[in-house]
Order: sequence, then C-alpha cells, then structure tokens
Amino acid sequence: MIEVDQLTKRYGPTTAVRNLSFTVRPGRVTGFLGPNGAGKTTTLRMLLGLVEPSAGTATVDGRSFRTRPRGLRHVGALLDAHDVHGGRSARAHLHALARSNRIPVARVDEVLAEVGLTGSAARRRTGTFSLGMKQRLGIAAALLGDPPVLMFDEPLNGLDPEGVLWVRELFRRLAREGRTVFVSSHLMSEMEHTAEELVVIGRGELIAAESLTEFASRGTAPTVTVSSPDAGRLAAVLTAEGVVVTPHDEETLRVRGASAARVGELAHEHRFLLRELTTQTASLEAAFMELTADSVEYAAGETR
Amino acid sequence: MTTLAVPAARFTDLLAAEWIKLRSLRSTYWALGSCALVLIAFNANAARADYVNYPHYDGPIRREFVYWALRDAFTSGATMMMILATAGIGAITVVGEYGTGLIRTTFTAVPDRRALMTAKVLVVTAVMTVYGAVVAGASFAASQAILDGRGLGVAIGHPGAWRVVVASALLAPVSALVGMGMGALIRHSATTMILTTLVLLLLPAFVTDRYHWTACVRNALPYNAWVRLVDIGYGDHPFTLVPRFPTTVGGGWVVFAVWAGVAAVLTVVVVERRDV
Repeated sequence: MIEVDQLTKRYGPTTAVRNLSFTVRPGRVTGFLGPNGAGKTTTLRMLLGLVEPSAGTATVDGRSFRTRPRGLRHVGALLDAHDVHGGRSARAHLHALARSNRIPVARVDEVLAEVGLTGSAARRRTGTFSLGMKQRLGIAAALLGDPPVLMFDEPLNGLDPEGVLWVRELFRRLAREGRTVFVSSHLMSEMEHTAEELVVIGRGELIAAESLTEFASRGTAPTVTVSSPDAGRLAAVLTAEGVVVTPHDEETLRVRGASAARVGELAHEHRFLLRELTTQTASLEAAFMELTADSVEYAAGETR
Repeated sequence: MTTLAVPAARFTDLLAAEWIKLRSLRSTYWALGSCALVLIAFNANAARADYVNYPHYDGPIRREFVYWALRDAFTSGATMMMILATAGIGAITVVGEYGTGLIRTTFTAVPDRRALMTAKVLVVTAVMTVYGAVVAGASFAASQAILDGRGLGVAIGHPGAWRVVVASALLAPVSALVGMGMGALIRHSATTMILTTLVLLLLPAFVTDRYHWTACVRNALPYNAWVRLVDIGYGDHPFTLVPRFPTTVGGGWVVFAVWAGVAAVLTVVVVERRDV
C-alpha cells in the first residue's frame, strides 16, 4: 500500500507538488494521471526516497522508503528506462542489482525471460538498446525482487503494440496476485484499458482519486444518436418531450437528455422507422481533458 | 503472490555488487590496461635513456647514481599521467552513475546511500591500490633490470627503494578518491575532470614555496607530498636545493592519508544529502 499525506515539494519559488494526499491499495492497477509537468515524476521520486519532500510524508507499506537498507524486495520501480549505464550488458546490469539485494543470480535469467530479453539481447550492451528494449529491461529490474509494490513511470513509451498489450496484461496479472501496482501516464487512453483506480493530478495538486467508473461519470453526459428517414418530424416529437436535439445531417439527430431506450420508446409510439439508435458515452479522455484543462502547464496555441 | 523472504542486509553484498559494476564495463579494462602499459613503458624508457647516456655522465653523477636510478623507478612525468588517469577513473565511478541516471536505479535498489557509497569507495580504493602496486612494482622491476645491464640497478632492499615504490603505488588510490570526491560534489563529468586536474596537477606547479603560507599549501598537495616521499636524497643530495620550509617523510604520508580520508568522507556524505 502506498500512502501519500500532505506531500509538498518546492524548488525555489516553484511548487512542483502541493499538499498531495492519496492512497494506492493493493490488488488493482492504479493509474497516476496528469498532464506534462503535473508533478507525477516528482511524487514518484519522493515515494522512492530519491527526492526529499519539503513537507508531508510518502510511505510504502507504512514506512518511508529511505529507511529501508535494501529496496528491491519491497518496491520494484521503473522511473526512466534510460537510467542504466550504456556500457553494461542487460544481464550485468541486473546481476549487480540482484547481488546488492542478495537476490539469487538465477532470478536474473527468470526476469530476463519474462520480459523477452533472452539470448544475445541479454548479453548486448544496453547502449545499443531501443527505447522499447530499455523499457523491458527496466520492467525486468522492477520484477527482480518479486516485490509487493510496483511503480512505473510512463512505462508504455517506446513499446510496440505487441509490447503495450503485454505490459497491460502484466500489470493486471501483478495486481491479481495481490500486489500494489501504480502506473503513471499523461494519456488517459493508456490507462482506460489497464487501471481500475485513478489518481489524477494537475499542477502538483490532487484533482481526483477514485475508481475509473466514477471518473468516467464525471464527464459530459452521454449523447444518443438516432437516425430516421423522417428526421425532421422525429426532432419535433423529441423536442416536445423536453429533449435537446441537434440535427447532424438529413437523417441523423444528436440527442441529449434522454436515454436511447426513451428515444426508442417515443419513436415506437409515434411509429417512426429507425435506422440507427446508439449511445455515445463520453470518453474518459474527454473527462480527463475537461478536468485538467485548468491545470495544463504547457498549453499549445494560447497566450497566457 | 509469493514474496521472497527478506534476508538481512549485508554490507558484503554491496561490495560484491560494486565489484560487478566495475568489472562489467569494458572501459575499465581499456583504461586501466592501456594506462598501465604506457606508465611502465614511460619509466622503463627513462632507465633506458640513463643506460644509453651513462658513459657520458661525469663523476658526481656516477657517484650518486643510486639517486638517479630510483628517479627512473617512477618518473615525475609518469606520476602526472597516473594522477590524471586514476583520478579520472575514480571520478567516472561516481559521475558515470549521475550522468547516465543509473544513480536513481541504484538508490532505488539500495536506499541506504551511505552504505552504498562506502562500498563504492572501498572497492575503488582496493582496486586502485592493487593497480598502483602493480604499476609501481613493474616500473621498478623494469627500470632496475634495464640499469642492471650496466650493473647500476638498485635492489628493492636499498634504503628508500621501498618508499619510492609504495609512495608511487599509493598515489593511485589517493588520486582516485580525490576524483570520486570531486565527482560526488560536482556530478558533471567535464567540470569534474577540469577541476580535478586543476587541483591535483596544476596547483602543485603554480604554488610557490617562497612564503610560509604558500609553502604550507604547496606541501599539503598530494603531488608535492609524492615528490618529497620519493626524494631519497632529500636535504643532502648535491643536486637538490634545501627548501626554505623543509618537509618530512612523515608529513608526506599524512598528506596522502588526509586527502584520501577527506575525499572518501565527502563522497559518502555529499551523496547522502542531495536529491537525485
């Protein structure tokens, strides 16, 4: 379990993280979302004891991470896939990490096999790796100590589609095994297929900490698309029922304020022929954009 | 989930891990190997020059040739190169982690930074001590073997001969530690190298021994301490001037110890306090 309480980090006059509090529970994947510069990486670094908080506490399983002599069996983390020495082979890199935590060397080959870096790839110097391969190596390092808590900072960057699917399945599996899995991203679309819980921040402050479903319902109400050869008359009927109707094209209407079922009932009552009747739930992406719109650090095409 | 049982943290694990890190880099072998060959060749060449020129030397030089033979055992040119190389290698063991970002991976695996940096300091010190001993020992053996061609080689048992070898050997770990300390302080490779070179190589050449305070600074520098330690004719050799503010052999060893100790403590303490 990860607990962040009143966490604040100031760098001179700028405040990267402000009074942040949230809890990440085991057994599910929790997404950590926010636009670029929101303070996600700083928060993760404070959790890992790399950066000292200006105020507040960040603990993993009830303990400040820096007070642990060795870390790999408690927390597995991938902060930045580039945080390796390019002159060392993947295997040597993991071997040194494993040795420092007294993890049997056999485990190195296990995790290498798990992330698909076997054979010559394991012996190659990491300087020659693509970003995707480095991400795999970083994930292997995080898995090395078989830890109950895992943190990943933007782990999908640089992965091919097959790699993305693999990582998603891996995260879900780790969560099913009862681990705490905390994954940061600045893209909602990456999270909506992976995370069950969300922690959303913007400009260093908490915006939301809730389940994905709750978060989705915050967004714009769903719209119903209805299509009929007699769209004009149908629009009149619907408007009479107090529904907001926006014509889309000759035959298609966009309807707000009524469910698809209600629209269907009304159409049936008034004997309209329908060619389409669908509900568009607001996308998570839209909900995310809406919520973080005020806290985007680097907005394009606007003067502030 | 089956989490592995957590064994007690052992310091020797960190020593082993740092050793793996050092020996798994190809550059370690290249840097140490090529420098060793160059340094030994440099010293052997000084002996070869004396071997060739000996017939032209006059009486006073011939009478005091032990002094010159021991100068050939580890020349000041080779010493400067060794300082540069070992300080650079020492610095890279720290700066290399910061520059690549590996330091964050390392501290995530070992949050106990003090233990980790202590292990790094110890491994580098041990490797560099062995390295210095090999280079200084081989230089001594090679140079004296060459001079033996004229029956001029000095035996290791000769008074002062051991001191030349040991002082030259120890300059390797002392310089490496200074490089590590500078690296921990500066964390930027180019700046670290410039400042380390400035302190270890340029400062000794620029500080005069004319005034008491400048002489104190001068004598407290590792290179000058080495010069004093390997000078077996100090104070009575006809070719050297008696300095205004004389120094002692003991003082030379103390300078080595203080630089090494301060640099080691700095490396551990500075890294422990900063954000990464």
